[in-house]
Amino acid sequence: MRRGVGAGAIAKKKLAEAKYKERGTVLAEDQIVQMSKQLETFKTHLEEFASKHKQEIRKNPQFRVQFQEMCATIGVDPLASGKGFWSEMLGVGDFYYELGVQIIEVCLALKHRNGGLITLDELHQRVLKGRGKYAQDVSQDDLVRAIKKLKVMGNGFGMIPVGGSYLVQSVPAELNMDHTVVLQLAEKKGYVTVSEIKDSLKWEKERACHVLDHLLKEGLAWLDSQAAGEAQYWLPALFSELTSRDVTPEEANQMTP
Amino acid sequence: MDRFSWSNGLLEINETLVIQQRGVRLYDGDDKAKMDLGVALLSTHRLIWRDIKNHECCIAMPLSQIIYFEEQAAGIGKSAKIVIHLHQVPANKEPGPYQYSKTDMALFCCFSLQFYRRLTEEMTKKRWENTPVSQPIPTGTGSQAGKTRAVGIVGIERKIEEKRKETDKNISEAFEDLSKLMVKVRKLSFLSIDICAKEMVELSRSIANKIKDKQGDITEDETIRFKAYLLSMGIANPVTRETHGSGTHYHMQLAKQLGDMLQAPLEERGGMMALTEVYCLVNRARGMELLSPEDLVNACKMFESLKLPLRLRVFDSGVMVVQLQSHSEEEMIASALDNVSEKGSLTAEEFAKLLGLSVLLSKERLLLAEKMGHLCRDDSVEGLRFYPNLF
Repeated sequence: MRRGVGAGAIAKKKLAEAKYKERGTVLAEDQIVQMSKQLETFKTHLEEFASKHKQEIRKNPQFRVQFQEMCATIGVDPLASGKGFWSEMLGVGDFYYELGVQIIEVCLALKHRNGGLITLDELHQRVLKGRGKYAQDVSQDDLVRAIKKLKVMGNGFGMIPVGGSYLVQSVPAELNMDHTVVLQLAEKKGYVTVSEIKDSLKWEKERACHVLDHLLKEGLAWLDSQAAGEAQYWLPALFSELTSRDVTPEEANQMTP
Repeated sequence: MDRFSWSNGLLEINETLVIQQRGVRLYDGDDKAKMDLGVALLSTHRLIWRDIKNHECCIAMPLSQIIYFEEQAAGIGKSAKIVIHLHQVPANKEPGPYQYSKTDMALFCCFSLQFYRRLTEEMTKKRWENTPVSQPIPTGTGSQAGKTRAVGIVGIERKIEEKRKETDKNISEAFEDLSKLMVKVRKLSFLSIDICAKEMVELSRSIANKIKDKQGDITEDETIRFKAYLLSMGIANPVTRETHGSGTHYHMQLAKQLGDMLQAPLEERGGMMALTEVYCLVNRARGMELLSPEDLVNACKMFESLKLPLRLRVFDSGVMVVQLQSHSEEEMIASALDNVSEKGSLTAEEFAKLLGLSVLLSKERLLLAEKMGHLCRDDSVEGLRFYPNLF
């Protein structure tokens, strides 16, 4: 028996297509209606949740972590839009979006000094200071999430793992693996030398110099050519409290573009 | 006074505090002892005195040392005192602040009647006999009070540290349980949202697949509605076929608002602003119901299709800016070339100062001019400098 040819077969196929299409149409349309109904149910549950926990979300960093983890498991991004239910009903959005503004402002104010690289610790401290005594507590997890959202605006926001924590980058300077590794090496003392790079990483001198030059050009490193022994490349981002000085508001105003 | 030994002032187990009094001064015989004002503590076993100013200076004497005591009435220029007559110094006495004493007496000044009465009680009850406390750790034979005091303190500090660690451990174990409990409790309160939201995600995936495979006849309207649902739920839009960009009505409205709002700021800043700048500006102005970064990007993407006089632009470096449509590229580059030629050469910082632009954007403009072949660069560790291209 031959299959699939002949007028009968074609007619059969057309019928199947029509039924399939019909079923497809109904299902998809139905599903969108179904979705709008389910949305209402969801909103009700979320309202109830908000009435109990809205304050807690804003005040309790631990709660926020748990909340975010739940959202990640579900597959929703509560911070995608200010128009989202999560934002509108729970107020999570405003918390993180405002934090984003504060992060941008801190990074901008310090960029002239550290080239656009700052430790997560320092960023955390300065954001907390800026928020004042009576503001809600902000954890490093909160900062990390806010920074992840900022990435979408293309200003080079990123995070580099260094010494158990992170360096936050806020400029579009290209930093590849080589640069990152040198930053990690410099983390212990706040500076690094060519010899140290050669010893620890087993690189050729040219490679080390190339990376250090790039960091200098990007304003991420400062050269101390008067250091005893060998030239030292310092990273202002890694300056500790002891060796750094706070930028006064006047200075920041002069420097901020 | 030499009956006193250095002490940490902490009560032993079985030892109870009976009464304490501030403002007490110690005397050695009739003369004022080196000790100043302090706090006197009477326990069931000892008489303890701690310096008010220097809390580490603390001495104690077993009550068993007291033979008897009496009140010395106040006189002219003298305050009321308790005079304590003491036994001989025992052989195994711990080091104290004094090696020798003038008399077999200790005097305490500035007493309350209460203290006196309690002392009387304790001396009568002699509770220390019934409930012995642990002997103090014999210290070395060092003659200097300071040296042996340090050794004793090390022992004390070790004890304190051990107790602290134990307490810490207990507390953190309790907290662990508590936070585990909290997590469970929270999971319960999250439960209904969890289930609902998961269903929505499932449903939206199914719908998206159908749209992709062109199964069924979904209208434009329905697509728009669907996108709005995705937006409210925070579900990433899986439909890659974009008709209105990733935008929704919400983003269209936003785009129009931005069009109005950003005109003046853009003019002030040379026609161009980094997107992060716009984000801060807009959100600071709003105060509440802030825009997410994605909202802003999605709205800006709609400028062109809505025929608004703004454009979202992405530079090679990835920097995103909003710029005024009226500011043409050629004009910007031509004026950049003029500026550089006039000054001979310019760095991004210098150019920024000249134009009142941010360093980031002035750099982008110079890079653009370079790309078009009007400028060339001198890249050294001293910085990136641009010169007119004479090639």
